[in-house]
Amino acid sequence: MDTSPRGLFIGFLFIALIITIFWTWLHGRKIIATEKSDAVFGNPERALGGYHWVIAGVSSVLLMWIFFSWDAARSFFPKAANELCQVAKVTSALNPVRSVFPIESRLLKGTELLARDSRQLNELEAQLSNLPVSDADRAELGKSVDLLRNMMVSMANSDNLDAATETAIADIAQRFDEVTANLASPDYPGEPDAAALEKGLAQPEWGRGTTEVPTLPTTPLGFKFDAAAKDLSVITKDFSAIKNTSANFQSNLDAVNAQLALVKTSPDSLEPADATVRDRFVKNLGKMAKRIDDGKLFPAAALDPVEQSLVQLENVSRDQQGSLLWVDRIAMPSGTIVAGNTSCSEQGSGRWLPKPSDTIGTLVRLADPNIGYKNIPLFWYEMRPVGELVAFFIPDFIADLVPGKYPRHGEDGTITENLKTKVLNVATGNYSSPEVPVPSGHIWDSIVRVLVGLFLGIILGVPLGLFMGLSRFAKGFFDPLIELYRPVPPLAWAPLILTIFGIGDDGKIFLLFMVAFAIMVISARTGASGTQLSKIHAAHSLGATNRQILRKVILPNSLPEILTGIRISIGVCWGTLVAAEMLAGTTGIGFVENVARKQSDYETIWMTIILLGLLGLLFDLIMRWVIRRTIPWRGKG
Amino acid sequence: MADLISDNLNMVFTTPKGESVHALKDVSFTLKQGELLSVLGPSGCGKTTLLNIIAGFLRPTGGSISLDENEIDGPGVERGMVFQQGALFEWLTVAENVDFGLRMKGANRKDTANKVEEWLDIVGLQGFGNVPTYQLSGGMQQRVALARCLINDPDVILMDEPLGALDALTREKMQSLVLKIWKETGKTIMIITHSVEEALLLGERLFVMAPRPGRLHKEYRLPFAEWGLGQDLRDVKNHAQFGENREEILEMIWNMEEEIMGKAS
Repeated sequence: MDTSPRGLFIGFLFIALIITIFWTWLHGRKIIATEKSDAVFGNPERALGGYHWVIAGVSSVLLMWIFFSWDAARSFFPKAANELCQVAKVTSALNPVRSVFPIESRLLKGTELLARDSRQLNELEAQLSNLPVSDADRAELGKSVDLLRNMMVSMANSDNLDAATETAIADIAQRFDEVTANLASPDYPGEPDAAALEKGLAQPEWGRGTTEVPTLPTTPLGFKFDAAAKDLSVITKDFSAIKNTSANFQSNLDAVNAQLALVKTSPDSLEPADATVRDRFVKNLGKMAKRIDDGKLFPAAALDPVEQSLVQLENVSRDQQGSLLWVDRIAMPSGTIVAGNTSCSEQGSGRWLPKPSDTIGTLVRLADPNIGYKNIPLFWYEMRPVGELVAFFIPDFIADLVPGKYPRHGEDGTITENLKTKVLNVATGNYSSPEVPVPSGHIWDSIVRVLVGLFLGIILGVPLGLFMGLSRFAKGFFDPLIELYRPVPPLAWAPLILTIFGIGDDGKIFLLFMVAFAIMVISARTGASGTQLSKIHAAHSLGATNRQILRKVILPNSLPEILTGIRISIGVCWGTLVAAEMLAGTTGIGFVENVARKQSDYETIWMTIILLGLLGLLFDLIMRWVIRRTIPWRGKG
Repeated sequence: MADLISDNLNMVFTTPKGESVHALKDVSFTLKQGELLSVLGPSGCGKTTLLNIIAGFLRPTGGSISLDENEIDGPGVERGMVFQQGALFEWLTVAENVDFGLRMKGANRKDTANKVEEWLDIVGLQGFGNVPTYQLSGGMQQRVALARCLINDPDVILMDEPLGALDALTREKMQSLVLKIWKETGKTIMIITHSVEEALLLGERLFVMAPRPGRLHKEYRLPFAEWGLGQDLRDVKNHAQFGENREEILEMIWNMEEEIMGKAS
């Protein structure tokens, strides 16, 4: 059990979730049992309520997350990854030998090679009759093919196996058996070296440091497998070096080489086009020769001792892993720990599904304003002069409207300020003023962009929409303009708009404005044109002017549609913004996610996904609340 | 005196297909101030068109109509309107609906508070001022619509099937209310209805209109509205003369309907 706060928390949560699911399940069953007498299939009432199923659902999702991200495994078996890393080293060292035998593949490697090579030799032989060469030449080329086949077949014959090769194979098998005996022995490899143990224990634990899984062994089992892996990597190297090179093989090879040298050059009498065809055939003969002369083809039974030893080694290895094997199979679903050249890592769902504890850790780490992401905090505040904020609302050009001219520098190199300069200073915030805290950071930037784009969309879209709902001219005139750009997915506009406006806020805000504007126009138009005529008649009879009818009757009557439009706009803007931030920009949640993607930083990616989801949900909840408060009459009029 | 005078009123609509429909033909009548008029007729006889013309929502294609010797040209406060479904502004409370007209003229909500209370009293909605209108029943909504119209002190009150959507009991109560208001305020009231009983009860005068083209078919002067002020409406309905008139008018309307639809075999 991992006794750090992180490990204890996840362990406790894991057990609590299992109990919760179990309890809610029983509770739900009990309720269903009491309802059974009057249950009607399809009765919508039966889908109401049932908070316990909500708890069961949420708990199941959390439980699956903790389980499939291997957070539970890390919490309950914190040493397992380190030990599995040593096991993975053995597996990795054995891989070159395993691949020779039909353990993971269907066929013995040698059988596979022989089948492929004889198929290709047959193809070459079939081509022979169509070659545009003289009959004498054809006979020589045919002889080459025969010699190649002869060499190949002789290698598969156990009579031609060299005694030295046989000894080398037996030696490998015996060395494997030694490793097997070592693995089975309780006190192999003896007391671990104190320095090595200290070094191992000094490593960051699983999931704590920059390398995912501590690589050096720390437990007796770990040291055993680590030592075995070192031995095995030497043995497999020696195994790979063994070749089926007997005297018979050598004489066959000499004959093949002599024959290939003989047919190498085309006769001068051949047409250039025909010579090209012949050259290609000869080249293929050469390729076949190179493939066969590497000596990796053995008689089928020759390698049996190694295979038997290997199988036994793997059986003993599994026995030795004991409970660790079950941790690997059950607590680390859909994947395992694999060893690379220098490090071990998680492979499977544990890799791409971040552990909840790590995700929260990443969020806590990035939420620290001194760290943030790319030196920008996620959500914090900064001190800005009041003047700068005021200047944001004052257009700079009002300084240009002040009569007079801007001052020029004098003879003595000084510049005298005049009224125009002073107005400009105010308009640009270029004066000292007290500082006030202003929100800042990636999250804030994203929110501001959405809200500004949305605000502009509402301010301009609602009046135009109402106008279009009331005027035949406006409807006809503006409808095509909006329907021309609205059906284009906002993201299709993004590259164009971001190129025109640059990577700053302007382009993103304009893009969001476009999105919100179309939605607001359509919803306001629907609202306005849906006003009941009798209400307008009533207002007329009560003495209201056209203007009053617009403000006091048509606008409030359109509010349900307008607010629904805003609710939809926020959602669509939020989605568009993230994509726009991914395309270009230096701040924002989408930017964070995009950078994290380039670094394969799964924890940060998931953190941004969760943040985006929660903020989107928050926006929607706010809009639902607003709708409930402002238009309680909706659907009841 | 604020008399409503209609002189040879004609209304011809052109359908999108290009056919012309004669909705009103040579409608002439004079409605004196304080008279209670009900208009009855089969569907398509131009009752609502006539009302919309008087309200000023439609302009007649021929003839003229004037109130208090002023030619009617567009909607106005002096002609209050009550619709079938109340047409209340559901985003406002009862009080805000009632003083809507006053506020449109620039009155302050505080100044109108007393008047609103007074009118809510008259229509029987004491203490409902702050209730949102969407929470009211259909009958209560019509009471609000009445108060909203009356607070403007119109010369003529035009009602377009005001009680059509109400249940029988509420309807009878509302009929009494209309009579009470007629009596107490002395307003000219014109009610369009498709219920013969209602037309008899709420008509000091009663026009029966005929369709194709829409025209005044027959006019009655009836005592039932006066009777209804003093006694229970059910007693009035049980009176022999009421029954005779009802049968006569029903027969008349049946005949018109049969003329339109062709005799049912």
